[in-house]
Amino acid sequence: MSWSKSTLGGLAVAGALLSWNGVAAADEPAAPGTILSPQQTQVAALKTEHKGGTMRLVARSAQGTIDPHINYTLQYWQFYQSVYDGLVTFKHAGGADGFTVVPDLAEAIPAPQNDGKTYVFKLRKGIKFWDGRDVTVKDVVASFQRIFKVSSPTSGTFYAGIVGADKCLQDPATCTLDGGVVADEAAGTVTINLTAPDPELFYKLSVPHAVILPADTPTSDLGTVPAVGTGAYMIESFDPNKQMKMVRNPYFKEWSADAQPDGYPDVVLYDFGLTDEAEVTAVQNGEADWMFDQPPTDRLGELGTKYKDQVFINTLTAWWYAPMNVNIAPFNNVKARQAVAYAIDRKALVNLFGGPALAAPVCQVLPPGFPGHVDYCPFTKNPGAEWSAPDLEKAKQLVKESGTAGQKVTVIVEDTAISKSIGVYLQSVLKDIGYDASVKPLSPNIQFTYIQNTNNNVQMSVSQWYQDYPAASDFLYILFGCDSFHPGSDSSINIAGFCDKAIDAKMKQALALAVTDQAGADKLWTEIDKEVTDAAPAAALFTPKHIDFISKRLGNFIFNAQYYWVITQSWVQ
Amino acid sequence: MMRPPRRPRDMTDSTAPMGGLASGEQGRPARRSRGPWATAFLKLWHDRAAMAALGVVLLVVLACMLAPVYAGRVAHTDPFRSNLDGQFERNGEMVPVMETSTEGLGLGFTPIGPTWDFQAFFLGADNQGRDVMARLLYGGRNSLWIAGVATVICLLFATLIGLAGGYFGGPTDWVLTRLLDVLWAFPVYLLAISLSIVLIAKGIDIGPISITADSLWLPILIIGIVYVPYVARPIRGQVLSLRQSEFVLAAIGLGVPGWRILIRDILPNVTTTLIVFVPLLMALNMLTESALSFLSIGVQPPDASWGTIIQDGQALLYTRPIVALAPGVAIVITVLALNILGDGVRDALDPRAKLRLRSA
Repeated sequence: MSWSKSTLGGLAVAGALLSWNGVAAADEPAAPGTILSPQQTQVAALKTEHKGGTMRLVARSAQGTIDPHINYTLQYWQFYQSVYDGLVTFKHAGGADGFTVVPDLAEAIPAPQNDGKTYVFKLRKGIKFWDGRDVTVKDVVASFQRIFKVSSPTSGTFYAGIVGADKCLQDPATCTLDGGVVADEAAGTVTINLTAPDPELFYKLSVPHAVILPADTPTSDLGTVPAVGTGAYMIESFDPNKQMKMVRNPYFKEWSADAQPDGYPDVVLYDFGLTDEAEVTAVQNGEADWMFDQPPTDRLGELGTKYKDQVFINTLTAWWYAPMNVNIAPFNNVKARQAVAYAIDRKALVNLFGGPALAAPVCQVLPPGFPGHVDYCPFTKNPGAEWSAPDLEKAKQLVKESGTAGQKVTVIVEDTAISKSIGVYLQSVLKDIGYDASVKPLSPNIQFTYIQNTNNNVQMSVSQWYQDYPAASDFLYILFGCDSFHPGSDSSINIAGFCDKAIDAKMKQALALAVTDQAGADKLWTEIDKEVTDAAPAAALFTPKHIDFISKRLGNFIFNAQYYWVITQSWVQ
Repeated sequence: MMRPPRRPRDMTDSTAPMGGLASGEQGRPARRSRGPWATAFLKLWHDRAAMAALGVVLLVVLACMLAPVYAGRVAHTDPFRSNLDGQFERNGEMVPVMETSTEGLGLGFTPIGPTWDFQAFFLGADNQGRDVMARLLYGGRNSLWIAGVATVICLLFATLIGLAGGYFGGPTDWVLTRLLDVLWAFPVYLLAISLSIVLIAKGIDIGPISITADSLWLPILIIGIVYVPYVARPIRGQVLSLRQSEFVLAAIGLGVPGWRILIRDILPNVTTTLIVFVPLLMALNMLTESALSFLSIGVQPPDASWGTIIQDGQALLYTRPIVALAPGVAIVITVLALNILGDGVRDALDPRAKLRLRSA
């Protein structure tokens, strides 16, 4: 996912989570007369004391379609947690506990049947969409069909293992998932049948691409029209050029504090169109409670001193990287790509991002602390485990050997302070090693989809990737697997267009092995990480930490390892 | 300036001396008229404000032309290359161009501020560690070049449209006027931004015309075109008036070809209007270019213009405000000088304006 997070404890936690036993039992709200635990009592008291008010969030821009089955950005996934629900979800809790999968619209996490290929979910009763209609098993079936009908960016990766998915991928418009997602109205159950066991199934069902929408939701990209959901909040209005407004869902009754807790603010306003600088000033002045974008570097010193009590810094399982299109010149030549990887001074980029307190150089795909990560850096002076310095001479030599010197290269970046700085720096590096380079900034609202579409012939870009869930496949298979490459589509998250059959087969082998031998699978992922790094379809830049800058009045800041700040669990009064 | 129409040479009374009274009247020597151009030039020369403004403009142009000399020989810097790891000598010791914060949470990285030493980072460094002074001078070259060429393009098209519409009238005038109306209906900046956004993605590739997205010709063309209606309309109005003047009617009656009348009789009479427009349009175009570049849809990085430098400085407003202020001040000074010069040129070439001023 573009923008997603975990803590340093992700490795240990992820190992446990990858088995179905790593999910939580059902969590029912207390019935009247039940004696609450001290924690429940405390939460109830806080909710009474701090409930209400209007929370104001700010961002430079919206980030594409509001369709939850399509949008693949943290900005939207973050607030989707309060608006939509799936059969299961990640726990709305702080820290690594946020990786725990808990039942959401389903009453409980089902045990695997049929050698791990069948799961029967029993739907909770009484949950309503925000238009007043009950959630039914028909809605669940239709929602899974819709994932393919709208060509969700993860339809070919996350959900390809569902029976019938192959036909849906070939002809999305007529998708039925026949035999794959089966509803039993009388029993109130939905059965998901897989072609093969999938240890990551519950993670995949927890992300917003698998949320349940009404069966009559249009089967095309909703654009700016919000889909109806079941969450504690509903999207009352959405103007991507101006503002999104979330208000309480009038039909919401909390069924699980872990899956979909009731929120504190009555209204959440999310304003778009401010510059990074203006966002910082707005939060400082109390005009906003939180800013989505990272503060520009010239404000970091001020935030780190005068406002340090309002700043939260958390390590992320993520990376900034520069995908290089392996299907068009000059980067269809592996030496050209490796040259770029050698030439980049990652320490300079760390400084552009805000300094060593906020980022660390990386050379490989898997972030530190991730399952399968073993330190590996071939693209540096004195190659070894860690990056030390760029090797410009080696880079120039590789460019010469590749025969691509002098070719035009354009780097597409977001029109934000940090992204643009990185783009200008990369342009300078490309020129140093012999290319005729230029940089083109685009609005963040369109840059991410623009660089995915092969029709735009993007040679190089700057992007970020944050985990969807704590599994190595979420980086390697999603970003560099053949199934993630959809030529001519805005949803082709394999931006580099990298499709190595041998490496792809190995990835699938690792996915299958994880069902029975997670340690063995992790070893395979380590090898795959090295092979993909060596092929350099992307230049790894750095792994970031995340800064949250909040207003003085905002209380109960909870940082969730999966989706970062849990918006509606903070209060403003 | 609206001067009495020049009589065509064919109609000149050959018995009268050129430009002067008949000599020998009452025994006094004839006073030779300087001619309208010389008169205008002298008026301008004596306009101290306009001359001072001209001096400022020339100074700015000269300084910007010397940008390569400054960067190469004085500051020894490459203003288009990132210099994040750079160091320079200050008070005998080598200091980094980019400084890390060590206070509080230790966040942030700040480029050095002004050293006030011409040989090294006179105005400090930007967020890529590049010398701001060198970029300011190079940026001025691009800003002035774009403003100047856009002015020429605008005047060229406006003149063609104004002459054709005003002289030929009828369907020609109707079509051209409607075209101007369409362009005029859009606020200038909105039209410029819209065109830039569309064209900046892939450039222009129509037949033999091929302009890449990062070429300076893209903003030049866009800026040149959006201001055409503002010049073409007054030109057209002037041509309409001249079209009814006696000497033009006489020429038509004599069967002089239309193109010849346009070039020899009408065009010289609108020249002064065009000259007045030059400095004023330059100022407007410079502001427009700065606005487009500030919005990342004008000059593309790493090329510099005053607008792009202001945008670079936006990310440093709180720590190094001079990065944004310096090009801003440069724009103010240049645009102000051009406007004052333009006023002076107008006063010199349009005596009616002076009369209006005196009577006011």
